[in-house]
Amino acid sequence: MNNPMKNPRTIVEKIWDSHVVSQEPGAPALLFVDLHLTHEVTSPQAFQMLRERKLKVRRPDLTIATMDHSTPTTSRDLPVLDPIGAAQLDQMEKNCADFGLRLYNRMSDHQGIVHIIGPEQGLTQPGMTIVCGDSHTATHGAFGALAFGIGTSQVGHVLATQCLLQTPSQSYAIRVNGALKPGVSAKDIILAVIAKIGIGGGTGCVFEYLGSTIRGLSIEERMTICNMSIEGGARAGLVAPDDTTYQYLNGREFAPKGEAWDEAVKQWKQLPSDEGAAYARELTIDAGELEPMVTFGTNPGMGIPISGAVPDPASVSDPIEKSDLVKALKYMDLEPGKPLQGHRIDVVFVGSCTNSRISDLRAAASVIKGRKVNPHVRMLVVPGSQQVKHQAEAEGLDKIFRDAGADFREAGCSMCLAMNGDQLEPGEYSVSTSNRNFEGRQGKGGRTFLASPLTAAASAITGFVTDVRKLV
Amino acid sequence: MKFEKLESKIVVLPVDNIDTDQIIPARYLKAISKDGLGEGLFVDWRKNADGTLKSDFPLNKPENKGAQILVTGDNFGCGSSREHAPWALVQYGFRAVISTSFADIFKGNAVKNGLLPVVVPADVHKQLIASPGMKVTIDLAAQKLTLADGRSVEFPIDSFAKRCMLDGVDELGYMLQQEPAIAAFEAQHPSRINTLS
Repeated sequence: MNNPMKNPRTIVEKIWDSHVVSQEPGAPALLFVDLHLTHEVTSPQAFQMLRERKLKVRRPDLTIATMDHSTPTTSRDLPVLDPIGAAQLDQMEKNCADFGLRLYNRMSDHQGIVHIIGPEQGLTQPGMTIVCGDSHTATHGAFGALAFGIGTSQVGHVLATQCLLQTPSQSYAIRVNGALKPGVSAKDIILAVIAKIGIGGGTGCVFEYLGSTIRGLSIEERMTICNMSIEGGARAGLVAPDDTTYQYLNGREFAPKGEAWDEAVKQWKQLPSDEGAAYARELTIDAGELEPMVTFGTNPGMGIPISGAVPDPASVSDPIEKSDLVKALKYMDLEPGKPLQGHRIDVVFVGSCTNSRISDLRAAASVIKGRKVNPHVRMLVVPGSQQVKHQAEAEGLDKIFRDAGADFREAGCSMCLAMNGDQLEPGEYSVSTSNRNFEGRQGKGGRTFLASPLTAAASAITGFVTDVRKLV
Repeated sequence: MKFEKLESKIVVLPVDNIDTDQIIPARYLKAISKDGLGEGLFVDWRKNADGTLKSDFPLNKPENKGAQILVTGDNFGCGSSREHAPWALVQYGFRAVISTSFADIFKGNAVKNGLLPVVVPADVHKQLIASPGMKVTIDLAAQKLTLADGRSVEFPIDSFAKRCMLDGVDELGYMLQQEPAIAAFEAQHPSRINTLS
């Protein structure tokens, strides 16, 4: 029916078309879900609904559960101190046991942040539809999957039917071309994109990241970029699969093996957008012009190049925009027109589904090695999964961090959203490799500067917001 | 829960990009039920550190008590996918939010909980922002918002969401009815993974 010569399609359209179960007039499409990831925070009320309606999980073989958000990152030998958090973890055990789901619990060797474990186990594969009750599900788009966050009602829908009611999104092409300068990373690309389009800029869209820079990135770097698509307002963001993708996947636990692998790769090669496919919107970024980025405000769109200055509300004309900027600067206690570089900080957090993979830890360690964390800084390094932690230990990265005075933890979401006891104190400043600098996100009254692992590590050494290129 | 015609005064929160961490902070997400989330609504904006109410926050002003419609700045509900955000808004007493735009996930979550997201053009929005306490009427069947001065404006809503809210259609019930289609799809769509293997 769809002759690609006549009807060029984007990768998003191809994935969509191959997952529509039914489409009744006046209703959204019923879309099949290939992989459902779930964690302790956004699922309990969905399981409760299943019990109330006496429903089973339709496809337990397509769901994977883990514990990450409320999960302590202190030693596993210690009990969970927070009774409410502990009750939530216990409930997750019970829900997965009652409904027959595979759970990587707090003691599992496969436990970790839901968006880290999917890819590392080979569950995340090109062409899939992937959902999770978590807005950073877009991470999995790095493999050429259509992956997006859903609410708890929809978690219930997926558990009961393996489907979702969905209307298609528009395609938004984000092209990044050219060579990155030393010290500039994937995190800086996505922070620059969001600073350019604003945090509502991609509403109603799915980002497709294209261009020579994206092609040259590792799969882990692509995950960092896709992860923050939601911070640009897009529910999903993806990169078409290529040899980088296949090399990463080949041999992983749940990846196809033998002939099934060859067949899968053959099909995956059909996924990239056709020549001439139409995009509703487009943006082009010159990677060579990028600097390390850092946010100054209270949403991820409030970002500047590290050599830049905090913007002045006097230069903003829209009254609400102006008052929002005033509000942000008041919360952050920053002066307009001043550089952020050199601003004193209290905490450095290296972690989160944005930047807690082995390559992120290696990047941070490359700066920390042979140096000491500034005595007034508390540095927390939180691997994204147990597997990442083991790999870091095998490479001696844990020792580099600990020798420098940093804390090297168990896996989890940790200080990205401060649900598990890892948090900022009121008024404290952090440089954080996470994805959100919203008011109170890292702890009530805490103030967040988002940046790359390189910038975070350099800032930990000096105790001030630092341009890594000046340190090295 | 059916959405009948709604007449209420508005409470105005003139801030753009209100994220779901402000609507309900993560520390309220440890709950395993939906109970008590209204307490956490805008809690760090609504309350002082000692738990007393901030008198200058719009929701705390006595004249705004009982308002069922919240008017906010652009891109309301951005950030986290937590459905706790609409749960908290509904438990606090809101039945509709008016803005120039909503974040995608929040909008989807809202309609599933009987909370109507109403998108209005910039000039109407400007008038609403400047008129806290104004009484307005929302007629979902006609997709019409009417201001106190009689000015009325049509608002967009997805036709299926409208039907669900007006008639109290149960989305999951609708999906379960399509079981034969799902089974037929599964038969020709073999999966590459088995998490139970």
